[in-house]
Order: sequence, then structure tokens, then C-alpha cells
Amino acid sequence: MDDLISEFIAECREMLEALGGEIVAWEATPDDRARLDSIFRFVHTVKGNCGFFDFPRLEALSHAAEDALAEVRAGRRQADHALVSAVLGVIDRISEMVAALEAGDEIVAGDDTLLIQALQPSADVPVTPVATTVAEAQTKAVAPRTIRLSVELLDRLMSGVSDMVLARNELARRLREAPGDVAVDGAFERLSSIIADMRDSITRTRMQRIENLFVALPRMVRDLSADLGKQVLVDIEGGDVELDREMIEMIRDPLTHIIRNAVDHGIETPAERLKAGKREIGLLIVSARQSGNQILIDIQDDGRGIDGKRLIEKAVASRVIKKSEAATLSRREQLHLIFEAGLSTASEVTAVSGRGVGMDVVRSNIERIGGIVEVDSTIGEGTRMTLRVPLTLTIIPALTVSVAGQSFAIPRSAIDEIVRANGASVTLEKLGGAGVATIRGRRVPEIALADVLGLKSDVPEEERSFVVLRPAGADVYALAVDKIHDHEELVVKPAAPAIMATGLYAGTTLADDGSPILLFDPAGIAKVGGVKLEVHDRAARLAEAAAETVSEDTPVLLFRGLDGGRRAMRLAVVDRIEEVPAATIRPGAGQLRVQLGETILPLAGVSGDLPTEKVRLFRLNDGAREIGYAFREVIDMSVVGNEIIAASSPGEISGVALVSGEPAELVDPHWLFANFATGPIVTSEQLVCRLPSDDPWMQNMLRPIVEAVGYRVVSDADEVEADLAILSERSAIDGVAARVIRLRSDPDPASEKDETIYRYDRAALLMALKSAGGGRR
Amino acid sequence: MSKLLLIVTIAGERVALPAEAVESVVELDTLIQVPRAAPHVAGLSALRSRVLTVIDCMRSLELGVTDCSDGIREAAVVGLDGHNYALIVDLVEDVVEALSDPQPVRAAMGPGWERVCQGMVETEQGPMLLVDVAALVGGAEAKAA
Repeated sequence: MDDLISEFIAECREMLEALGGEIVAWEATPDDRARLDSIFRFVHTVKGNCGFFDFPRLEALSHAAEDALAEVRAGRRQADHALVSAVLGVIDRISEMVAALEAGDEIVAGDDTLLIQALQPSADVPVTPVATTVAEAQTKAVAPRTIRLSVELLDRLMSGVSDMVLARNELARRLREAPGDVAVDGAFERLSSIIADMRDSITRTRMQRIENLFVALPRMVRDLSADLGKQVLVDIEGGDVELDREMIEMIRDPLTHIIRNAVDHGIETPAERLKAGKREIGLLIVSARQSGNQILIDIQDDGRGIDGKRLIEKAVASRVIKKSEAATLSRREQLHLIFEAGLSTASEVTAVSGRGVGMDVVRSNIERIGGIVEVDSTIGEGTRMTLRVPLTLTIIPALTVSVAGQSFAIPRSAIDEIVRANGASVTLEKLGGAGVATIRGRRVPEIALADVLGLKSDVPEEERSFVVLRPAGADVYALAVDKIHDHEELVVKPAAPAIMATGLYAGTTLADDGSPILLFDPAGIAKVGGVKLEVHDRAARLAEAAAETVSEDTPVLLFRGLDGGRRAMRLAVVDRIEEVPAATIRPGAGQLRVQLGETILPLAGVSGDLPTEKVRLFRLNDGAREIGYAFREVIDMSVVGNEIIAASSPGEISGVALVSGEPAELVDPHWLFANFATGPIVTSEQLVCRLPSDDPWMQNMLRPIVEAVGYRVVSDADEVEADLAILSERSAIDGVAARVIRLRSDPDPASEKDETIYRYDRAALLMALKSAGGGRR
Repeated sequence: MSKLLLIVTIAGERVALPAEAVESVVELDTLIQVPRAAPHVAGLSALRSRVLTVIDCMRSLELGVTDCSDGIREAAVVGLDGHNYALIVDLVEDVVEALSDPQPVRAAMGPGWERVCQGMVETEQGPMLLVDVAALVGGAEAKAA
């Protein structure tokens, strides 16, 4: 019985969530039969189940709502505002009761007669029957095969996999320490790649459609605008964008806040709107889209916009900025004032917003998860807020550094550059006890990590390294650390509250050597270190953001090649650094290749003898192809200015430049990719070719040729759109792809008009394959 | 009434932890400092690829500092709100059965003990102070805040 009840509760929950938006949409278009039907279905389901479970209150409520809705369905009654409100009331009550049931409580006795009465058509309003335009019964999409899993289980799975990754890292360390035989290494490599795959898929299970966050919005906006006497239409796009479940929870509050603001301050009352020549009904567009590894959420209203002058007056009045400063602010800077604490343009405090706490909290919440809030507004035309948040929280590329012998990690996303304190382009001055570093003419506040942490560093100041950090959307500052170690991908877990309370850390993780490492929160360090990030240098920050930092200097990785040469590789092309057993490097198809997990990459940089055991290599990426580049050791991160002495002839080395005070050869990635990465580009844009899976000749003989030309081969069972299908002459199937090539087994064509190709006519086949691809490229 | 208790010694005093809260008893060898954290947070340690936040119970009770310099320390691992903690104790003794519900202690205890005390339970080894693990983890500052 308990199982049945929990099943019922889960079903109700799901329907309730989906329904929130439906009802409001129904109110807007009462004739929409499909919406009415889905609401009716819900109360009907609840009613049916209640009888079975003996919940008399639930039953009475759902019954009354069902009756009222049945009247509407039969066309005897019109869905008016009063009815929608009453149905909403009933559904709210039902969801309260369901929540109580879910918590394991009994449904308390109570009086629902008022609610039920509200459902009745009021006596003085004559019910005029209307002809309902029956919407086409929407063909329901085929439900994907799914099962219901508790989120808790998924979380456990995820943390299990994270643990597995950590355990693997530890095993990797042990294996390195005690060199075993090749077979063990091979088995471990395999295990390693399986774990990586598994981590990927588990990460995906945690993805949730952002719809879950959006479904509640129409209802919220409806209630809010009704309270404020406004009319707002919500338009939601991109509900199918997927986001880490945890992330969705993290952006729920900021998003709610921004929308409340938009309805409260942005959108005007109907009268004001008419006066301004706009439609009575305000429009609020909430849209989500994915861009790289970020999700962008836009909240756009067509309201009155943000008044920059009023913001400035407020900011001056509350001493956020000085009067002299105020005059010089650009429009963008003015708008950014809304993120300052204690500023609100609402002239009066309403119940909804305007208490001056808000946008600063929104920003800090979004920044805490590594996101950015942007604002754009035109007076009289509306405001657009954009939230940029990363896809997932759990795996963070980080740089490990050490101070006073202890290692810490810094999220790589916040790192601007790394310089040595004694480098030629760096000077450090003390102003009133505070450090100011000048890095190539740019003055940035400096914090010694040792001071922030209260540790004693025995590395003299001039031998430290500066990590120049840019906490999300804020100013840069330089953090002095004793030593820079390595780039690592870390599985970050939240730290205990007592640790988070310091404000310095974003989480904990285990390093490759199995010891715990703390991950810094760059904004937190700045705060504790006393660096003023906000008011301090706003102009500089915006200017830089606009110009996308057109720096003269190119960051490079300084390394020693296999032949001992001092070289520099542009950092942007280095995807990551890998260490592989020498056995994975073999000649193949005319050049040296290295096996990395499941992929095989061409290997460059083999200028000297290969080490006998482990080879370290850069994984270079030009956006489409990857190659490996073997080297002996990394020396440092550095920058290269414009003074490059070009090589006399094109080759692996494009020139020589002074890097960190000594000459280094600059590796030319263009030459590398041109000479090493010559295979077809393997991308998602790949052309698709369908081959019959039951034809062994096609699969064994033809497939390699087709793949070599750059097609991705699918079988006839795959439901992807194919650009090309290759069939035998006898095959009856047709029209399964954009183009079809038919092959015959007879060297001579059967007739003049025969367009089939003899299956061993390689030249004709290649021609046909290439021309089929030409249409889309 | 068969609640099990883990008897440990903290600051020379034998007290009881609710055994169901204790996941395991471990010997900590590595200890990574957490600069700027509350003083009772002794640091971080790793247990089977999990991060443990190590709590110095003596510090939490404001009864002094456990000397962690000599390396291996005994600790009870507890889970609380999704985080794993290792409570450093002087000694882990035994698991005994509680013979009574916790009773209020009417005698005057030290302020630290007062804060973490959940009452007194009778055991075969005489009355024992039942310690609230969450209060122990929270430390002295949590109360003040």
C-alpha cells in the first residue's frame, strides 16, 4: 500500500510541476482545448486515486474542480478569470496535501467549502455558452524509454564515480612508484579509460533540462503581476537546454530574483504602457541556450529600462561612488551600479522588491558558481539580464601551487596569467604596506598568499611567482605564491561548513598523490586579502572586457624538447599535458603515432631519442584536429613579446625570441598541423553515410574507403539523417538518405542509362563519394 | 532500549558517542592544515579517497590542543550533512549498550562539556556523558554565532 501511495505522490508531483505553466497559459487562451484537457486529466487522476486511497478531502476538492472543468469542456461554461483563480486555488491546496502525504503526515482535517464554492459560477454572472474552437488533438510525441530514479541514488552514483577517479589516481601513483610489468600497465590504462567514459556518462545523468526551473515561472509571474495590477506575458525558450542538476538549484534564486525585479520595476502598469505607446501587456522573455561549456540565460523585458541618472544619484547619495567619479561613468558602468550593495531604484519599498538587497546578492551567488551576470538596458525600451554559468560544478581544471610547503589549487578559469616576480617585466612596490605589482605597465594589487593564510613562507619575495587572477567579472589582482606546480583536472567536492566559513575556499579535492588539497575561491582570497575589487578599478575593467584584451604578449609554455633544446609553445594550442608509456608510441601509416586512451594521434616533436619508459607530450588542438608533441620537461609558463627573429625557412621552428631572459625556439603550430595532422577532420559536422549492416562486403571492403574520405558510417538501423546511402543494385530500399549510390557487381553497365558504379571501380567510387559530400561542405 | 555507544577518551575523560553516528574508527597519518579555518578544525585527511575534515575534540571543547605532531592519531569517522569528519580522540575504547535514555546532568560541568552534552546515560561501566556529535563538529564559535 505504501508503495502505491508513494507512486501516487510521485505521479501527482510530476503532473503538478508540469501544470503550473499550463494553467496560466490556459487563462490566456481559454479556448485552448489541449490545455484544458491536461488540467482536467490531472484533477481526474487525483480524484480517481483518492477514492482508492480514502483521502476524502482530496477527493471532494478534485471532484469539484473536475465538475467545473467538465462544464467548460462541454461548452456550457466559459473559463473566466474567477474560474482560473479558483482552479489554481484548488490545485495549490491539492499540492499542499500531497506535500503533507509525502512528508509522511496525515492530511489534517480542514474546511474546503470556500474553495469549492469559488468554483461555482457566481449567480450574477450569466454563463454564456461559447463555441469552443476545438484545438487539434496534439499528437503526443513518443515517450522516450525512461525509468524513474531517485536523485539521491544518482548523487550517490556520481560521488561513487568521483571516488573511483580519485582511487584510480592513487593507483596510478602507486604504479608509478613501483614499476610493474607492461601487462599491468596496459590493464590499468584500460581501466582508466573505462572510468573516464563512465564519468562522462554519469555526469550526463545529472544533467537536467532547464525546463524544470522554467515551468514555475509563468505561475510566479502571473501571481506577481496580478498583485501589482500589471499584465505580463511570459515567453520561454530553450527549456530543453541541459544543465547540471546542482547548478539548476544554484541559479533558481538569482533567476527568481531577476524576474521579480523585471515584473516589479521593469514592466509598467497598463496605463503607463499605453501612454508610452506600447501594448498594454508587457512581455518578458526568458531564454536559455548553450554556448561552449557555458549556459546563457537571458531575461529580457520590454519595460521602462534602467535609468542610469537615477542610479548615479542614488549611488552618490549612498556614497558608493564619488560625485567626481560619477560624471565620468559610461552607460555600461552606470548600469553595473545596480550590482552595488544597497542600491535600488525603486522609489518605494514594495513587498516584492526594492529593499536594496538583491542584485548584489544575485551577482555574488552567480559568481560563486563561476558565472557572470551582465546587464544591458535602454530607457523606455527594456532591460536584458544575461546569466552565464558553467555547465557543471564537479570537475574543475586547476593549477596547483604551493606556499610554505603546502599545496593548494586555483581554478584555471580565474587565472589570467602567471609571471615570475623577478621577471624583467615585473616590479613590486609597497605602498603604505600594501603590495602593488606592475606587470608590463599594468598596475595590479598584490597579495602574498602566505600573508592571507597566515603561513610563514621561507621563499624570498623576489623568487616567488605571481598568479594573476581575475575572479569572475571582477578586477585582476596578483597572488604571490612560492611555487607553481602543475595543471590538473580535479574532482571538487564541497568542503565542510567550518572550512567554507573562512571564505577562502571553494571546495576540497584529492590530488594525484592521494593527499587532500584545498581549492581556492579567487574572489574570497581577494576579499580576505583586502583587495578592493568593485569600486576600485571599474573603468579599467570594463574597458578591458570590451577590448577583449588585445595583448601584445602571447602566453607560451617554455619547455625542453627531447633533444634538450629550449623551446616555447603557444599556450592556446596546448589542450593538456599527458604522460604515456613509451610502448604506446609506434610508427603507423608513415609516421609516428601515439595512442591516448581510445584515440590515436600523430606524434611530432620526436627530435631526439624517445625516453625508454614514460614520454610526456603536449596534446595540441587546432579546433578540429589533435596531434601530440613529445617533450622532455616543462620549464615555466611565460610570455613572448613581439621581438621574434623569424626562421629563414619554414619548419617546425618559426623563430627565436627571448623568453624569461633567455633565447628560446618558438614552435610553429601551423607547420605542425599542416605536416602531421593530415587525416580527415573528425568532427560532429561529419557527413553521414548509411551502409547496409547485413552486407559483409560493404562492411569489410567498402567501409574503410568511405571512412577514409571522411564519412561517419551508420547502419540502416540508426535513425540519424544520412547524407549518403550506398546500396547494392538489387536492394529495393530507396530514399533513406539525401543521395544514394548504387553499386553493381558486374564490371559492365547493364544499359546506357545505368547509373550504378562497378564496386571495384575505385576512382569512380571516390569521385561519387566526394561529390556527394560537396553539396553540404 | 539497545542503543549502542562508542566509548572514547577526550581530554582524559571517558565519554560516549552514539555508535550509529560513527562510521568507522581510523588511524590518521596525513594531516593537511586548513589555514584560517576555525581553530578546532585540525585539518584535512584522506580516507579511501574521501576527504575527511579533521576535528580536534579537545580544541572544540576548549580544553586545550591535541598534539598532532607525532603522527598517527586515532579518530572516529562520522558523517554529518553530507560531509565526513574525523574526530580526534585520545583513545577509542569499546562499544557498550546504553541501559537508559539520556538523563539531564544536573551537576555543573565545564562550559565546553556543557555545550556538547546530550545528557547522561547509564551503562554497565557506570554513567557516561553522551556527546552530541554535531555540537562537537560545530566547535566553540558555532554557539557564539
